[in-house]
Amino acid sequence: MQQLITTVLTGLTLGAVYAAFALALVLIWRATRIVNFAQAPMAMITTYIALVLIDAGMSYWVGFAAALVSGLVLGALVERFVIRHLTGKSEINAVILTLGLFIVIHALAALIFGARYRSFPAPFGLRGFQVGDTTIALTGFGVFTILSVVGVMVLLVLLFRGTDVGLRMRASAFNQEMARLLGVRVGRMLTLGWALAAVVGSLSGLLIAGGGLVHPSYMDGVVVYGFVAAVLGGLDSPPGAVAGGVILGLSLSLVSGYVGSELVPLASLVILMAVLLVRPGGLFAQVRERRV
Amino acid sequence: MLTVDDLTASYGPVTALDGVSFEAPRGEITAVLGANGAGKTTLLRTVSGLIRPTRGTARLGEHDLTSVPTERMAELGLAHVPEGRGVITELTVEENLRLGALGRGRRGPADLDRAYALFPILAERRGRSAHVLSGGERQMLVIARALLAAPSVLLLDEPSLGLAPRIVAQIFDLLRSLVESDGLTVLLVEQNARSALSIADRGVVLNLGRVVVRDTAAALAGDDALRHAYLGF
Repeated sequence: MQQLITTVLTGLTLGAVYAAFALALVLIWRATRIVNFAQAPMAMITTYIALVLIDAGMSYWVGFAAALVSGLVLGALVERFVIRHLTGKSEINAVILTLGLFIVIHALAALIFGARYRSFPAPFGLRGFQVGDTTIALTGFGVFTILSVVGVMVLLVLLFRGTDVGLRMRASAFNQEMARLLGVRVGRMLTLGWALAAVVGSLSGLLIAGGGLVHPSYMDGVVVYGFVAAVLGGLDSPPGAVAGGVILGLSLSLVSGYVGSELVPLASLVILMAVLLVRPGGLFAQVRERRV
Repeated sequence: MLTVDDLTASYGPVTALDGVSFEAPRGEITAVLGANGAGKTTLLRTVSGLIRPTRGTARLGEHDLTSVPTERMAELGLAHVPEGRGVITELTVEENLRLGALGRGRRGPADLDRAYALFPILAERRGRSAHVLSGGERQMLVIARALLAAPSVLLLDEPSLGLAPRIVAQIFDLLRSLVESDGLTVLLVEQNARSALSIADRGVVLNLGRVVVRDTAAALAGDDALRHAYLGF
């Protein structure tokens, strides 16, 4: 019983991180139909910006805010100056381009910050809470992780459902031509979409780094899990991404706890294959008419 | 008034519009008629900036629309209802309407209510996904949405396509009354020349991208040779 609780709590925390990463992928997919392979190094480099500030003696929260803001700026710049040139080109161009960005940002980080492990602080405790006389697998930082991802989800829903900007962003994502005809500045909305996605990506970077080690490649493993989580929820659906992240986190944690941790990467790929075979639109796919 | 002068546009080597000139006067419905492939849709898409012409101008007031980005057309008072796919099906009915109202002068809930009064069926479906609407309801939605942007010029591409005659008549009656009460200028592209000429003030007949004839609707409808050759009735 205690092992089950431990596994579930670990899975939830892990799932929240995957959810944040998947959310970043989904936001970009929805807006521009591109899988942003460069999401991981973009998050990595903003985490390094936080680390530099924290190492210089500033508080964790200054670094945290700086990472999110630099994510916002980086996302906007990447869309405006790199992705924008892809308009009307083949999809494979986007894949190659984001993979290229992946390598470039990686190399830059290694050059600037050094390709070695550095420890990253956490703002809350990393010891499990005490319940009675047992320690459970939920830490202060874990609670912060879960709450911040839920918070981001709520903010995004409010933005998309409740504001005019959100409405414009959705219209641009779903039907660019009609949005233009209705006076929506589609280009700006796409830049904003990439910027927001990069902020969420940066958040996932900070959450993974917290209390652990950062290295130019520390986010790379998350790409696979984030991608599986996004596909699991349906690439089009932000709530799906969050649910996908949590389901994936729980499943992988159960595999790790009861079968063996060496099987975790394999399990994630099995889940990916199963989803693609059984429900290629994702667990939360709605039946939509095909656009011809 | 919308003035089109020598407008020429091509898809690669294929010339789709070839020196098209005509005027669509304020407070009138101008029908653009012709067979499939005559260039009717290309004409509308060139006027609203979705296609850039290789030559010629389309003037609205002091603006030459051929150098205005498509996203600024709504501000200038031009609304374009494209054929068939104008409804954003992933949004709700109300969100589609709100999107139209975001354009000029940020219209409020009162304007939405006016749109609902015009099309009560949309009010019933306001919270539902636009995806569930029937063809006629979708056509009402795109027209209501276009009107919410308070346009001075309305470009309509095949509003009758696939609709029951009763609904077509209803939509055309509404157009007629808007033109007469608000001085709206309408450029109406129609395959169904007979019904278009029944509400239009004047018509332009296109064939293979060129203007064959421009005249009043009554004169066009009365010209038997023209009707048989180009209008198919």
